[in-house]
Amino acid sequence: MPENSIYIARSTSIAARALAGEMMVMNPTDSTFFTLNEVATAIFQAADGQTPLQEIVRDRICEQFDVDPEQAQADAKQFVTELSTHGILLVSDQPLRGETP
Amino acid sequence: MAMTLMSEMGQKAFNLGIPIAVHIDVTYRCNERCVHCYLDHDDHGEMTTAEIKDVLDQLAEAGVFFITFSGGEVFMRLDFFEILEHARRLMFNVKIKTNAVMIHKEEARRIRELGVDTIQISVYSHRPEVHDAITKLPHSLERTLNSIRFLREQGLKVTIANVLMTGNSRDHAGVQQLATELGAQYTLDPTITPMMDGDTSVLALRIPGEELTEIFHNPALVGNQEDFCAPPKPPSAEDLEGYSCSAGHSFCYISPYGDVFPCVQFPLPTGNVRQQKFSDIWNFSPQMQEVRSIQAKDLPVCSSCSHVGTCSRCPGLAYMEGSMRGPSTADCEKSFYRTNIPTANMLRQGLSKPRTTVPLVQIRPVAASA
Repeated sequence: MPENSIYIARSTSIAARALAGEMMVMNPTDSTFFTLNEVATAIFQAADGQTPLQEIVRDRICEQFDVDPEQAQADAKQFVTELSTHGILLVSDQPLRGETP
Repeated sequence: MAMTLMSEMGQKAFNLGIPIAVHIDVTYRCNERCVHCYLDHDDHGEMTTAEIKDVLDQLAEAGVFFITFSGGEVFMRLDFFEILEHARRLMFNVKIKTNAVMIHKEEARRIRELGVDTIQISVYSHRPEVHDAITKLPHSLERTLNSIRFLREQGLKVTIANVLMTGNSRDHAGVQQLATELGAQYTLDPTITPMMDGDTSVLALRIPGEELTEIFHNPALVGNQEDFCAPPKPPSAEDLEGYSCSAGHSFCYISPYGDVFPCVQFPLPTGNVRQQKFSDIWNFSPQMQEVRSIQAKDLPVCSSCSHVGTCSRCPGLAYMEGSMRGPSTADCEKSFYRTNIPTANMLRQGLSKPRTTVPLVQIRPVAASA
């Protein structure tokens, strides 16, 4: 999947809440529980299904955090892949909407 | 012992004073009439759908992650799915406590679609005549078990909660077996509390202390029995700096009438969400502040008890006995029957066995208790 056409959305089957800057995320179906650091939280919060991942990383990560753009893009892809395998994020090559509970 | 990530976050919330978990009773109405139930089942002005949704918005804002919806019977509210939907839209982790009698295939499907984490269901016995005699609802065991099957068919996590009392104290193995067959978790609770109107006659249903010994020494119920029943280690400085539980620190309870308490088992009124913002009650209520100020070293009796580091002392039950800084006799009883070592509370009274019945005052709406 070309990077400029990766769209991500938060799955609405999950539970999530920020606690002192860290995002707690839990998938009730397999009880997996994650905490996301500040950078991962920024990606998670920007996962609206409409903005390409590349744009999120460029505008939200590289702008706010002092990171190497190339490394940030690679890390973001890895993070998105991991969370999608746990059903936390939905990933598509088309814009998408989160499921409505 | 290594902390799990979740308990680490729980500790973080505790340290920061963030209410990470809230229990909301959406109604006290119920379709069962359990012999040990402490609630007044009449509706004295429950929060409306809009009021509950507003409270949920405030709880999300305050940082609440775990919500437990309970009652009464939650499905007595015709708007319960609307409330549930709103809660899930706000991305709470939701647990429901129910007798499940009103859950059929369609309701089970909807609960799964809404991403509910766990459904905790009360089962008193594997024998219909015993279970139905406790709930006073004919065929309730059959209906509850059918509902559990519907929920399990949807892949939902179910916990069977087995409250033990005199009428069913011998049935825990049968209920545990039933849980295994249904693919459900099992949890047991021997706590019986007085009724809301102060009637303590239900306490006669508490299982005698001697039977607690048997329960606490049963590895099938308590896991590693040697660890569980080990004599307490001498209390450390850390134990004496410690707090009893999360009540008022990272947990609280909201009644169907909007009253906020430190816990469902801690009837100390702290405010009402119909009159104040939740965050104002949580952060500034003098009662909440007092609850969260109490460390083990501040407890006049318990601070000198050898069990102080391991006791399950419930400050709510202690409050019901007369002082939130006092001992909770029900927990003294558990510590004693678990280890056979007398508690400070027993020693000061010259008792060789804990008293089994103490007068307690139950939770009641703030207006009624004022």
